[in-house]
Amino acid sequence: MTAHPSLEVQTDPQAEIMTGAQIVVRALVDQGVTDLFGYPGGAVLPIYDALFDEPRLNHILVRHEQGATHAAEGYARSTGKPGVVLVTSGPGATNAVTGITDALMDSIPLVVITGQVPTHLIGTDAFQECDTVGITRPCTKHNYLVKDAADLPHVLHEAFKIATSGRPGPVVVDIPKDVQFASAAYVGPDKARSSHNYHPRVEGDAAKIAEAAALIAQARRPIFYTGGGVINAGPRASQALRELAKLTGAPVTSTLMGLGAFPASDPAWLGMVGMHGAFESNNAMHDCDVMVAIGARFDDRVTGRLNAFSPGSKKIHIDIDPSSIGKVVRADIGILGDAGHVLEALVEVWKRRRLSIDAAALKAWWAEIDGWRARRAFAYRPSGELIKPQYAVERLYALTRDRDVYITTEVGQHQMWAAQFFHFEEPNRWMTSGGLGTMGYGLPAAVGVQVAHPKSLVIDIAGDASVQMTMQEMSTAIQFELPIKIFILNNEWMGMVRQWQQLLHGERYSHSYSASLPDFVKLAEAFGAVGLRATRPDELDAKIQEMIDTPRPVIFDCCVERAENCFPMIPSGKAHNEMLLGEDAGDIGGVIDAAGRKLV
Amino acid sequence: MSVDPPASAYDMGHADETEALGTFAILVDNEPGVLHRVVGLFAARGYNIESLTVAETDRNAHTSRITIVTRGTPQVLAQIEAQLQKMVSTRHVQDVSRDPNGVERELALVKVRGTGAERVEALRISDIFRAKVIDTTTQSFIFEITGAPSKIDRFVDLMRPLGLVEVSRTGVLSIERGVETL
Repeated sequence: MTAHPSLEVQTDPQAEIMTGAQIVVRALVDQGVTDLFGYPGGAVLPIYDALFDEPRLNHILVRHEQGATHAAEGYARSTGKPGVVLVTSGPGATNAVTGITDALMDSIPLVVITGQVPTHLIGTDAFQECDTVGITRPCTKHNYLVKDAADLPHVLHEAFKIATSGRPGPVVVDIPKDVQFASAAYVGPDKARSSHNYHPRVEGDAAKIAEAAALIAQARRPIFYTGGGVINAGPRASQALRELAKLTGAPVTSTLMGLGAFPASDPAWLGMVGMHGAFESNNAMHDCDVMVAIGARFDDRVTGRLNAFSPGSKKIHIDIDPSSIGKVVRADIGILGDAGHVLEALVEVWKRRRLSIDAAALKAWWAEIDGWRARRAFAYRPSGELIKPQYAVERLYALTRDRDVYITTEVGQHQMWAAQFFHFEEPNRWMTSGGLGTMGYGLPAAVGVQVAHPKSLVIDIAGDASVQMTMQEMSTAIQFELPIKIFILNNEWMGMVRQWQQLLHGERYSHSYSASLPDFVKLAEAFGAVGLRATRPDELDAKIQEMIDTPRPVIFDCCVERAENCFPMIPSGKAHNEMLLGEDAGDIGGVIDAAGRKLV
Repeated sequence: MSVDPPASAYDMGHADETEALGTFAILVDNEPGVLHRVVGLFAARGYNIESLTVAETDRNAHTSRITIVTRGTPQVLAQIEAQLQKMVSTRHVQDVSRDPNGVERELALVKVRGTGAERVEALRISDIFRAKVIDTTTQSFIFEITGAPSKIDRFVDLMRPLGLVEVSRTGVLSIERGVETL
């Protein structure tokens, strides 16, 4: 093998020489990895061979590589540790792309190791060859093709650093098969050399923090708008947020990704913001005079029509990603830094300067908010005959609230009902696909969460359409005795598609009805899981209790009202204060104009 | 059905801001695929590339310098700078066009075909622009010209009626005046 021309690799005479495959395994162990999700294939066989007698790594064999990535996301989101994926070349890598993109959009730290055909075959259209680094370049935070085993330990350690620091995200390391067989010196994390100058800023600018504190103190209608960044910043960020909210007396709302950073039982909690968020939080966002955005990125599902978004407010934007600040909404004060550090610094300044918000103004602001709350916009018409999906989630919450529970979801109506009716007191308890909106996320994510928290109650609140996209991972749950609960709100439709077709396309239900649904109870049994079904409200509680008490994986077929729509809703192209409530639903087709109909 | 231009959810509300050219000097780690990262970023986010130059500039540090000329509102240019800065392979980004000390130069090879008075005029103008003749036949010249992009534009415009047949341009290179470095 020729020497690497550009890198002056200092070979430590004490260094252990091992194969590339053994380097991979050793680097994972040294990075503190205990669990990984993967699927073997030709181009990763040497690594699988090295895993064969490695007791420190628990490998979870999935049934499809997309499942591996979502499981790793669930693992990462529920622990704060990076998720690790190992898949083969070609289809192994391409199947992982959906989960990798999902992790990029939702800032989830993943290290994805992909096998590649041997270096001398790269570019020849070899069997199971694909341009993995080319395909994943736009959907990773960073990626590598490692052509020399001597580079491997350095790259792997750097991959973990990049995935977990700054704004977290997925990193792909593509390793040709001959590199896995080749021998090289192992280098531990402390001695690994970084080939990039990557040092994201963590501490916020003190002057700007002081300026922000002063602006908040002058507010008459303040609001904290928090996102997934607060959760990514770890428990201290959530703690500091709670303290700052208490000190200031300002209300708190959050994005879908940020649920749990602030306790839902706190009186200052307004509920989720956005398209299907709380009426009170959307109106408060619209009418506030100082908005403090923390680890949130002003996504279009949050802002509604941008030129009508919170028109009268000064905006403070705290984010670790410089490209998030000012991307869609101009920040009056932009603070680059880690949410935890900046929030703690704000608390410190607030206390030191003995700042406070005008009490009379705050009182008037809360009175206004209470007026919006009184609209009870999440109310739905109860039924004695049919299970309302909202009721099902309410009961699920009521019957599990004293337990150690983690919730994942798929994507669609059930996801929004879960966000509206299930409540979280702590961060890292809520796993959902926010940015990419990946149907099929929830079941494998639940697998990953259960691996990380074997004793906890892990529930995927699912839809009948979404859950079929990755249903094969039930087999993984059975094999590894992961007692996940798949709680399907079964309305026999792609519910959110049906809702939009009803409201926006003249009730022309084009290809959104799931004819020939499987019998989910029999399907559960076929997998070796337990199947339960509820069709009437009066049997729901007992069935949910039976699910909770079952120490094995369960698929719960909760047959709900089919035509129920998800409200309230900010119609496309409308502002926060133009939220549509359930009772106005008949008019929605007339509410959205032609331009709004064209939006997604 | 015809509809009005969308009251888009993505309407940035910056209609008052006019677009301008921006030149970014980007120092990147010279590694496989790094140019694709930069170009892919522009393609994926819908930014325009007016010109692009790239070459390794420091062999020992394994760094390459990329110069990109793009177009956008101040807000978009700021976003481009932030997105470039965020890439792991990026060492440094500088918006040269907004830097009063920024110097921009471009080199062009310009082929002009003609005889008689037009040929004489082409040669005379090239002299005014301090272009060099690097090849000639009895019916053609190739001029080599360096300067700010606007100077080259002007030269090309003047050559057009005199028999301009082909232009090859390097794209913009940039550097900062004074002792400071990227």
